[in-house]
Amino acid sequence: MIPELGKYAGAVLSSYGLSLALMAGLVILSLWRGARVRRQLAEIEARGKKHD
Amino acid sequence: MSLWEYANPTRFMRTSGVLLPWLWGLTGLSLVVGLVWGFFLTPEAENFGSTVKIIYVHVPSALMAINAWLMMLVASLIWLVRRHHVSALAARAAAPIGLTMTLIALVTGAIWGEPMWGTYWAWDPRLTSFLILFLFYLGYMALWEAIENPDAAADLTSVLCMVGSVFALLSRYAVNFWNQGLHQGATMSLDKEENIANVYWLPLVITMVGFGLLFVTLVLVRTRTEIRARRIKALIARERMV
Repeated sequence: MIPELGKYAGAVLSSYGLSLALMAGLVILSLWRGARVRRQLAEIEARGKKHD
Repeated sequence: MSLWEYANPTRFMRTSGVLLPWLWGLTGLSLVVGLVWGFFLTPEAENFGSTVKIIYVHVPSALMAINAWLMMLVASLIWLVRRHHVSALAARAAAPIGLTMTLIALVTGAIWGEPMWGTYWAWDPRLTSFLILFLFYLGYMALWEAIENPDAAADLTSVLCMVGSVFALLSRYAVNFWNQGLHQGATMSLDKEENIANVYWLPLVITMVGFGLLFVTLVLVRTRTEIRARRIKALIARERMV
């Protein structure tokens, strides 16, 4: 399945591996923080409504 | 309808909420098609061997590293002139994405440089200006974290962003006005003689579109988060006053 990369296999595979890992990390962190902040905001708004 | 209406956080949240599912789909599609095509279906190049496949992660990330900073510059100028909070928060949201793109460009460039130039690093104009751009991203993010007052932080980071723009542009054009260094000129060119071979061109364009869409999608996601985080701060401050 993997194309014939010859003596440069290490360079090509590590470039793709590192790039995809960094991009996936960025996406996961962005979504995770987004979900956490959304949850916090919902809790605070619910607390505010209770007091009103 | 004016573009400035999107400076209203409620309007921004509503519109971005509608756009995001489509953007995620298009981003995934273009990235998968471009990267699979580039990695599996392109031939070895005469001068570069199979390392030519690195172009599909190196060039789009380098392009986005510069474009992200330029987007931050536009958003910062809008903040300084019109005081729209959404634009300041969008600039803040874009910085970690630009930082990641710069890191990918630097690391893949180093990995590619070793077999081609015989070294991972050289103090070449383009490489050096990219390293300085990376440090500017770190400084920009640190400055946002260091200042408690959000308006003061937005003011100071906007000024830093304007200064850093010199290096963002230098990263792009350094090769043109310093006729020295190891790095080659632009990969994509309107001049047919200078442009890369057709067989590599189309998957590269698709990957560049994919990286661009990923940037836009993540900026929207992260700006939404920053808007919510700002609202949390405002609500907590109000609770303390009551």
